[in-house]
Amino acid sequence: MKALLALEDGRVFDCNSFTGPGETSGEIVFNTGMSGYQEVLTDPSYRGQIVTMTYPLIGNYGVNKADVESARIQVAGFIVREYQDFPSNFRSEGTLAKYLQENNVMGVTDIDTRALTRHIREAGAMRGVISSNQLDPKVLVEKANQIKSMKGQDLVKEVSTDRPYRWVNNQPVPLEKDITALDETTWIDNSRPYKVVVFDYGIKYNILRNLERAGFELVVVPAFTTANRVKQMKPHGIFLSNGPGDPEPVEYAIDTIRDLLGYRPIFGICLGNQLAGLALGGQTYKLKFGHRGINQPVRDIQTGKIEITSQNHGFAVDIESLKTEDVEVTHINLNDNTLEGFRHKGIPLFTVQYHPEASPGPHDANYLFNRFKQLIEET
Amino acid sequence: MPKRTDIEKILIIGAGPIIISQACEFDYSGTQACKALKEEGYSVVLINSNPATIMTDPEFADATYIEPVIPEAVEAVIEKERPDAILPTLGGQTGLNTAVAVAQRGVLEKYNVEMIGATLEAIQKAEDRDSFRKAMRNIGLRIPESGIARSMDDAFKIASKIKYPLIVRPSFTLGGTGGGVAKNEKDLQEMVEAGLDASIISQVMLEESVVGWKEYELELMRDRKDNAVIVCSIENMDPMGVHTGESITVAPIQTLSDKEYQTMRDASIAIMREIGVDTGGSNVQFAVNPENGDMVVVEMNPRVSRSSALASKATGFPIAKIAAKLAVGFTLDEIPNDITGETIAAFEPTLDYCVVKIPRWTFEKFPETKDELTTSMKSVGETMAIGRTFKEALQKGLRSLEIQRYGLGADGADRTEVSRQEIIDKLTIANSERIFYLRYALQKGFSIEEIYQYTGIDPWFLDQINKIIKVEETLTANRDNLTPELLLTAKREGFSDVQLAQITGTTEEAIRQKRYDLNMRPVYKLVDTCAAEFRAATPYYYSTYEQENEARVTDRKKIVILGGGPNRIGQGIEFDYCCVHASFALREEGVESIMVNSNPETVSTDYDTSDQLFFEPLTTEDVLHIIETQKCDGVIVQFGGQTPLNISDDLNRVGVNIIGTHPESIARTEDRKLFAAMLNKLGLIQPPNDTATDVDGALAIAERIGYPVIVRPSFVLGGRAMKIVYTKEELVNFARHAIKASPKYPILVDKFLEDAVELDVDAISDKTGETVIGGIMEHIEEAGIHSGDSACVLPPQSISPEILENIIDATKAMARELNVVGLMNVQYAVKDDTIYIIEVNPRASRTIPFVSKATGVPLAKAAAKVMLGRTLKELNISDTAKNTAHVSVKESVFPFNRFPDVDTLLGPEMKSTGEVMGIDDHFGAAFAKAQLGAGQKLPVEGTIFISVKDSDKQAAAAIGAKFVEMGFSIIATAGTARFFDEKNIANHPIHKVSEGHPHIVDAIINNQVGLVINTGTGMGSQVKRDGYMIRRAALKCGVPYATTIAGGMAMCKGIAELKKRNIAVKAIQAYHRQG
Ligand SMILES: Nc1ncnc2c1ncn2[C@@H]1O[C@H](COP(=O)(O)OP(=O)(O)O)[C@@H](O)[C@H]1O
Ligand SMILES: Nc1ncnc2c1ncn2[C@@H]1O[C@H](COP(=O)(O)OP(=O)(O)O)[C@@H](O)[C@H]1O
Ligand SMILES: [Mg+2]
Ligand SMILES: [Mg+2]
Repeated sequence: MKALLALEDGRVFDCNSFTGPGETSGEIVFNTGMSGYQEVLTDPSYRGQIVTMTYPLIGNYGVNKADVESARIQVAGFIVREYQDFPSNFRSEGTLAKYLQENNVMGVTDIDTRALTRHIREAGAMRGVISSNQLDPKVLVEKANQIKSMKGQDLVKEVSTDRPYRWVNNQPVPLEKDITALDETTWIDNSRPYKVVVFDYGIKYNILRNLERAGFELVVVPAFTTANRVKQMKPHGIFLSNGPGDPEPVEYAIDTIRDLLGYRPIFGICLGNQLAGLALGGQTYKLKFGHRGINQPVRDIQTGKIEITSQNHGFAVDIESLKTEDVEVTHINLNDNTLEGFRHKGIPLFTVQYHPEASPGPHDANYLFNRFKQLIEET
Repeated sequence: MPKRTDIEKILIIGAGPIIISQACEFDYSGTQACKALKEEGYSVVLINSNPATIMTDPEFADATYIEPVIPEAVEAVIEKERPDAILPTLGGQTGLNTAVAVAQRGVLEKYNVEMIGATLEAIQKAEDRDSFRKAMRNIGLRIPESGIARSMDDAFKIASKIKYPLIVRPSFTLGGTGGGVAKNEKDLQEMVEAGLDASIISQVMLEESVVGWKEYELELMRDRKDNAVIVCSIENMDPMGVHTGESITVAPIQTLSDKEYQTMRDASIAIMREIGVDTGGSNVQFAVNPENGDMVVVEMNPRVSRSSALASKATGFPIAKIAAKLAVGFTLDEIPNDITGETIAAFEPTLDYCVVKIPRWTFEKFPETKDELTTSMKSVGETMAIGRTFKEALQKGLRSLEIQRYGLGADGADRTEVSRQEIIDKLTIANSERIFYLRYALQKGFSIEEIYQYTGIDPWFLDQINKIIKVEETLTANRDNLTPELLLTAKREGFSDVQLAQITGTTEEAIRQKRYDLNMRPVYKLVDTCAAEFRAATPYYYSTYEQENEARVTDRKKIVILGGGPNRIGQGIEFDYCCVHASFALREEGVESIMVNSNPETVSTDYDTSDQLFFEPLTTEDVLHIIETQKCDGVIVQFGGQTPLNISDDLNRVGVNIIGTHPESIARTEDRKLFAAMLNKLGLIQPPNDTATDVDGALAIAERIGYPVIVRPSFVLGGRAMKIVYTKEELVNFARHAIKASPKYPILVDKFLEDAVELDVDAISDKTGETVIGGIMEHIEEAGIHSGDSACVLPPQSISPEILENIIDATKAMARELNVVGLMNVQYAVKDDTIYIIEVNPRASRTIPFVSKATGVPLAKAAAKVMLGRTLKELNISDTAKNTAHVSVKESVFPFNRFPDVDTLLGPEMKSTGEVMGIDDHFGAAFAKAQLGAGQKLPVEGTIFISVKDSDKQAAAAIGAKFVEMGFSIIATAGTARFFDEKNIANHPIHKVSEGHPHIVDAIINNQVGLVINTGTGMGSQVKRDGYMIRRAALKCGVPYATTIAGGMAMCKGIAELKKRNIAVKAIQAYHRQG
């Protein structure tokens, strides 16, 4: 079905919807991974964004229940060069189109995704609207300009869980208690010596799978959970998750983290890294078009080793703003020398901008989950 | 950490001649390595016997040894050059095996040379199937159940443990030589025997079959800090059981989810670590069970491989270059990514297009061998195509093959009326045509599921093919009103104008016009390693039908060079060598060079060879688009072999400026009548000939000019289907078939010049009409053996000065008459002091690289400059260079060992895949080197077997006498023995096979024979049968053999030299200096 993609700067692309009629809007970004579309679709960090896959053939291996990173599809829309309606893979349980439809997410195909990608690369990530109902370019470009821009928006509150839950055997298990009742007694699994409170700013399941594999007992709490509440729980460690959008407006999270600095070992990923950076007095800024893919080279400055990493972020911590005597930059991006990770010299805290849990992507950085465990053991 | 400073001089081992499974890709990798290491200031020493390579050009190394790639020669080079290090991982399996042998002889310790890139231990761990299996166990990876057999008994013991079918795989071989799938005891017996001889350590592995599983390959690189990246992932369309080199393959992987892909990624890195390849590239192959995802490791190659070349071209990531830099100590993050300019090599390329590789076979040249694909390679080349979708890439790939197909069928070459049974057969047993039978099957209503059952080809691919057919159906239904929308859809699905013309019943031109009227042209997109995340610095393009065009058009003067497309017998690396030189010439002349080619193995398709690279099919349609987009000033069609010539008329017709010799002159040499007229005019002679349209006509001609005659159907070029006939019966037979095959075309009948000497002459002419003779080669074998197959020597050894003068005059006269501007090749036959013209090709010939290496004159480069308007004077190129003080011998290399049941007798139809060169101060030594380089292990003592036809007996006696004098003993078959007795040449008679045991074949198998000289005759099927069995036995047992008396004579001279001294090596730079 014929559709149009209109960008805020007036550029318009023809395309066809492969999920039926509809209209959607959001920030247009591109992901360069050649595999892992289902993980991308379900990654809460994509909230509010329309994702373009640069690899042209998408849908080849279908979708399945196991490869999800959250309970639902999170992207606002999905753009591919050639949708594949005939999946073939022994794990496939259905087509991508059906999956998107069930989640009321619009998918479009037959569009020059490379042209779109080059446009974003040059002009920066920008707002856009896809529609099969409204095919008048002018009107759509207008609409695109009405959309709230990423900067200054708190998207965390949209994706964070509103009730705490446990993570057991690779699944969420709702907690009988409500937040106000969280305390030491919340921990029930004696086989797992270390208890970790996980802040959910839009967490990917694979982070939880990795933390569980590392041997922690996990309780996932909403983003707005207070520092005091966490302290009531007397955990051994605190984890700050990934999440969508701009870290600056998420002040409640920043304050909480500030209050928890030094209380217990802290490990943060992606948005967690940015929030920690802000809590430490650093600054964040919006990247021109972000890092989204599974081939980003990062150097671990301590070991000198290079990790090929999975990434998904549009904002970053300003590396200069963190160059204080008590913060040490531990990881940098070898493509553009942006900050990929830091640790605090005085207190037990380290974070990375990229995604050691992969999914999609390489497992090179998986060691970080054990590093978190060591940090807890040491303190 | 930057590069190592403790080493200065590095020896690179090349891959030797082009053979099946080891083609141009190792010139590409070797050339990159030489460049990379020189760039870093190392002194580079190179050994490679293949003169048709760019890497053996004098500029690419400090000392270049065109010597046999055998341990003895490598040792000699090491002794002379004293390198600090040896780099064995860029010369294919040959380079690797030779390096291993050299190391095992203790040569490296002796001269304290370090093996860099991969250690001996690592190589052995990966190559020895037994230790590889142990290594995989250590890291918990599954490999098929298997056992190592060193004897037949072992084999049967193992077979009793693992159930049939069994895969038989010799250790230390390439392209699966001597391997196969044994379905029963009988197969096992044969294959294990073959395998045991094929393996240099006579060891074969018997392995649980996973035939039908999905096959995958990963290309990865690792540096000495243990950083590892995956450069490219490849999925084979044809499942396990069909060699990767025989499979249609696709990059990137299409049917694995990220979870499965990452498991494979982890495994491949773990393997590289466990095997201990510290730096460089490796290739790991996996098989995956389509039912449940079970994964097994098939093999790992601890070196740059065929697939690495493909991966480099598919991604833009120069694996060989980077492997070389890693080998001298750089780490991935210290090496820039040339393509983006702004990023580094420590990353994983990501594609925003789909790449399809299709092998090129030449079964038609080996009719005795069944067209069936197995675990052992038979394809002689490959083509790669890039598109935004699989369908587009597949169709581009099929028209790049140059097998007169213009996509997936619907191009006028489809078979009509194919029976269900035939389809089922063709689906079940993989073969070179299977892709087209998938189409027939779908059209006949086979379901994808059914086809999957027959072929094991993943349903995803079958559905893609089905989608192409659906578009074709829509087109057919609308053939009378082809709407712009429909036309665009078709183009986006990769349909060529030829297909569209066929479907809609018009002409290619009409379709093109229709498109141009609609301004429907392809756009060009960049191969940039990063899916547009960063700006690309290098202009490496492919075409597609999309919105945005990225082609950059400069206002410089631009010339397009048309490449040679996929390798095939008769057109290989020699032509790529010429194209690359054309590109160098343009650069030197300040003209922008635009390369068009579709062969991923080549140097010409390296992104830094030309100013712009278009990885495209070489069809009129695709080439015209490039010329138009780039607004080119001219096109060079002389260097790519027959490929560009085939489209030069079309290009000429639409007004493309073809520089150099005018297409009409080419026509004058290809059209028989015009050609004869020209020779008459110049007072030159060709063998008496005429053309017949029916059997009686042919007979009449033969009666007139006299038997034997050489006959060929006129529609085939390149000596295809040529035959020498001695009798009326044979002629009738041939004529019937030829006429049945193609009634429209006449048969060409030439007087066959028996026992004539053939010569090849390469010349170059400029616009002033001056012609310089580049080189004159005397063939070792007599006329009747294709010029591409016979050995030859420069300068000529047995031709009188007068004859040579006349040949030079004739050549110059023809060049002038044809207004040649550029290169020209003439083949002459000399008989009883009469000079006959066999053929004239006003273009680069197969011998150009050989001549250039022999004389030191870069003919191809000069020719390109001449075509741009330079004069030979300006370039100071003169006749003198051709008379070198040293002697250069070219020997051809044949693929017979890959083609069971094929006779090794040579004839007028070309069969060789490659060539080697031997240089020395004397003919004998040069010839001996050429033989050694070609893999013939010449004996210096022992027994020579001689059995020749009557007309050869006189000459054979001379050879026999010489061998006896050198202390060899001689065995001969009855006739030859009797003749020798008369001439009292000591010999022992031995039975022919037909005379019963113990016969000559027994003797060969029990290696009691060091050399076979056996000339066969066309007549008497029993004689033929005997000769055949002798020659096959010699081939199988690796006993050197000569099938012509002239060849035998030369071998005799060579052996005489080898007895005097062991090979002395000398760099070509030194030969050229002394002139
Ligand atoms: N166990 C097996 N079962 C079925 N096919 C196999 C098996 N092992 C290898 N093959 C097939 O044989 C081909 C050649 O085997 P490989 O080990 O790659 O040897 P080579 O060194 O010639 O590449 C593979 O590409 C694969 O298609
Ligand atoms: N009249 C002839 N007498 C003897 N040999 C011939 C004759 N014509 C052709 N040949 C042999 O056949 C080979 C191939 O013939 P040619 O015309 O050169 O075809 P191609 O186009 O394949 O080079 C030649 O190299 C030569 O050895
Ligand atoms: Mg292999
Ligand atoms: Mg010829």
